[in-house]
Amino acid sequence: MAEASFSASRVSKENLEKRLLSGKRAERGTETLIHMLLLAATVVSIATTLGIVFVLVNESFRFFQEVSVIEFLTGTKWTPRFQPSLFGVLPLVAGTVLVAAIAILVAAPVGLFTAIFLSEYAPNRLRRVVKPMLEILAGIPTVVYGYFALTFVTPLLQTFLFPDMIIFNALSAGLVMGVMIIPIVSSLSEDAMLAVPRSLREAAYALGATRFEVATRVVTPAALSGIVAAIILGLSRAIGETMLVTIAAGATPRLTIDPRESIQTMTAYIVQVGFGETPQGTTIYYTIFAVALLLFVMTLAMNILGHLVVRRWRQAY
Amino acid sequence: MESTTPNGVRSVSAEQFHRSLRGRRLIGNAAVILFLGSTLVGLATLAALIIDVLIDGLSWIDWDFLSTYPSRRPPDAGLRSALFGTLWVGGLTALFTFPIGTATAIYLEEYAPRNRLTQFIELNISNLAGVPSIVYGLLGLAVFVFLLNLDRVILAGALTLTLLVLPLLIVAGREAIRAVPDSYRQGSLALGATRWQTVRHVILPSALPGILTGTILAMSRAIGEAAPLLAISGLVFVTFTPGHPFERFTVLPIQIFNWVSRPQLDWQHVTAAAIIILLLVLLTMNATAILLRDRFQRRSEE
Repeated sequence: MAEASFSASRVSKENLEKRLLSGKRAERGTETLIHMLLLAATVVSIATTLGIVFVLVNESFRFFQEVSVIEFLTGTKWTPRFQPSLFGVLPLVAGTVLVAAIAILVAAPVGLFTAIFLSEYAPNRLRRVVKPMLEILAGIPTVVYGYFALTFVTPLLQTFLFPDMIIFNALSAGLVMGVMIIPIVSSLSEDAMLAVPRSLREAAYALGATRFEVATRVVTPAALSGIVAAIILGLSRAIGETMLVTIAAGATPRLTIDPRESIQTMTAYIVQVGFGETPQGTTIYYTIFAVALLLFVMTLAMNILGHLVVRRWRQAY
Repeated sequence: MESTTPNGVRSVSAEQFHRSLRGRRLIGNAAVILFLGSTLVGLATLAALIIDVLIDGLSWIDWDFLSTYPSRRPPDAGLRSALFGTLWVGGLTALFTFPIGTATAIYLEEYAPRNRLTQFIELNISNLAGVPSIVYGLLGLAVFVFLLNLDRVILAGALTLTLLVLPLLIVAGREAIRAVPDSYRQGSLALGATRWQTVRHVILPSALPGILTGTILAMSRAIGEAAPLLAISGLVFVTFTPGHPFERFTVLPIQIFNWVSRPQLDWQHVTAAAIIILLLVLLTMNATAILLRDRFQRRSEE
């Protein structure tokens, strides 16, 4: 039996070599083709970056032909739709920074403490339940947070804290945004804490440290680069957040640090002009690209800073 | 008595130690409450949000709400065009994102030489993940709507969202591929398989659950996005069911945004009802992804 099937599949040596060779040639062709296709897919990502930079710079350039860069960056009045049209971006920047600052004041401590709890205190089983639930927070669409800020948090604040506060305000948008970025801060911080080797904890326990002391004086300092990076990335996310602030923080460009006021962020301005289907080619159309360019530079700088912090301060174990 | 030894170590009496230990334990216990309380902040807000939306909107949901078009009168307003728009845009985005994202992940993990250029590509992708979504909207507006002259249609929206969620899928795909044991790879190559045969028959089947999880998560991000699509589509009043990718569209988040700032109380119910539907869609997708991931993790741990 075995012999028969063996002889049936037997081919002449010459024939076999020929077949192998032609197979190899076809394979090599396929391999090259596949390689090219995969490379082409990768190029999409690079093209995206180039596209973003080109579009923002190119369209902003037309804006800066009409308005000087200095006026744009230092002006304190933003009234593109009124006479006289003034294009000082500072009120939009101030609104963005105000909301992001409130958000990070909430998210940094709460996120850090959550990370400490999950990594140092919570039993594994609890962690497995709590972590996915916190991840849900990060997955909720920002329009939903806008609704929540507008119809739940603002009335709550009006009832208990600031009865005179107007409906659209920076405070409630900032608070809700803070909750929104808790999972960003907590999960990146927790990753950094989990990377701290057990031996460090055990050494501290052996020296008689309490669990709290181990968490705050050994684990947190050792994970500091990851925690700082987490907060920077959370802040960058807060600056770029759009729908929540468009819905809940108002549409009034204003240079203020009073969180009870209505403000307008850079992102909310872009949406306001964008959804109005502003005709292409008008000055107002180009303003959104100038504002977006500034936004892009700000978030890019923070993201790079976050990566640098991790690389520079990382403790190698 | 407190004294300091020559090498700088503070020494305390047993009595002092025990007294301070009580204080240290007290601080520790108070801190547990603080840490646990902080963890509850996120969870409690999540609960409040969901309950708030359910109370406001649950009674408003019925078949008519899902099957009728938007209207100027709250009782007549429905989600039909938004649901179909989300289906169209989400489906096309998945169709574009999955092959491009998987191919990029394969290239970076299995093909790319370890050099500066590859490092730059990796850095570039992680930076793209941090670009605000509204910026992608402007990219899509300038390139797809105006430059390629697609107009404000479904295809332009889907292409924009593809660029937006691509980095997410690439990162997830790379992690899934990296989790495939190296012995599989070596075994396949040792049997004479080419690089592509190894990827196609050994690596991809093993990494597929992870890649699918990444795709679902990327899709749920795409479906919840409003800002970039607002830049593409605008706040349109769509009262037809889109039948092909070159029609105008609206999606669930845009419809919600459209309704959310109307002052009358009835609109608040309509908005909450639409939010429930959106959350339901996303929860289903996320639950699927988490289940897939858990099964995948358990299997690879064995």
